[in-house]
Amino acid sequence: MLELLKQPWPWYTSGIAIAFIMVLLLFYGKSFGVSANLKTMCTIAGAGKKVKFFDFDWRTQKWNLLFLFGSVLGGIIASTVLKSEEPLRLSAATITDLQSLGIVFDGQLNPSGLFGLEFITSSKGFLILLLGGILVGFGARYAGGCTSGHAISGLSNLQIPSLVAVVGFFVGGLIMTHLLLPLIF
Amino acid sequence: MKGLKYITAGILFGIIMAKSEAISWYRIQEMFRFQSFHMYGIIGTAVVLGVIAVYLIKKYQLRDTQGNVIAFQDKNKTWLRYIIGGTIFGLGWALTGACPGPMFVNIGYGYFAMFIVIFGSLLGTYFYGFIKDKLPH
Repeated sequence: MLELLKQPWPWYTSGIAIAFIMVLLLFYGKSFGVSANLKTMCTIAGAGKKVKFFDFDWRTQKWNLLFLFGSVLGGIIASTVLKSEEPLRLSAATITDLQSLGIVFDGQLNPSGLFGLEFITSSKGFLILLLGGILVGFGARYAGGCTSGHAISGLSNLQIPSLVAVVGFFVGGLIMTHLLLPLIF
Repeated sequence: MKGLKYITAGILFGIIMAKSEAISWYRIQEMFRFQSFHMYGIIGTAVVLGVIAVYLIKKYQLRDTQGNVIAFQDKNKTWLRYIIGGTIFGLGWALTGACPGPMFVNIGYGYFAMFIVIFGSLLGTYFYGFIKDKLPH
C-alpha cells in the first residue's frame, strides 16, 4: 500500500481530492481560498494600523491559517514517508524548451537552477523570486482570489467573474512564459 | 482541539498537491506551453466535480456541521479587477511556478527558496491594500 502511495499520483486522484477538500470546507462552513491567508498575515504583522484594508479581526481566519499550516505538514510528509524515487515525467517538448532558456531539467519538482542556493543568493535570482512573489500577492488580492478561490471555488459555483479571473491568470501566464521568460533567462 | 479538522484538511491538501506534482515549477511551465494534459486534468476534474457538488448542495439545501444551510456568495459583477488582477497574478504564477497554496507546500517539501516568494507575496498583498482605492475595479 505504502509503495503504491509513494508513486506519483495521477491527475484524476488529485482533481477528485481537491474537489473533496473544497466540499469538506463547505460542510465546515468555510470557503476554500488560500490567498486570503496572505492578507491575514499582513494584518497579524500590524498592517491594519496604517491601512484600513487590513483592519479586520484576523481570528475569523484562524481556521484558514491552520489549513495552511497543515499544507506545510503535508509537504513534509510527501517529501519523507511518501517520497518517490522516480524522476518527474516531464514532457520531452518542455525539457527541450527549457533547455533553450538555459534551465536544465533535473528530474526534481523544481529546478535547482532557479531555487538552488547559488541562484537565490545572486542578486538576479533573489530579485526574480521576490518580484514573482510580489506579482502573485498583488494580483491575487486585486483579483479577489487565487487558483483555489477563483478556479476551484468560483468556477464550481459558476461565477462568471471567476472565469474572467482565470482567463486573466492564463493571459498573464502565457505572456510570462512565451514573451518574458526568454528575456529574463 | 477544534482546529484539528482544518489542519487535517490542510495535510491532505499538501500531500495531494505535492504527490500530483502540482507544486512543480516544471509542471506549470508544461501547462503554459500546452505540452501536457496533466495540470488541465487536475483542475478540470476538480471543477467538474465541484460544479456537481455545489449544484447538489444548493438543490437539497444541505447544511454545514453547525446546522446552517450552506450559502454561496456571488462575486461582484465588475470586470476590470478580475482581468487586470488575474493577469498580474498569472505573470507571477508562471515566473515562480507557485500559487499561494503550493508556495507553502513547497516549504514543507524542503524548497526553502520559496520563503523569498512568500515574502514577496506578502509585500504584494500589502502594496495592494495600500493603493487599493486608487486602482480601477
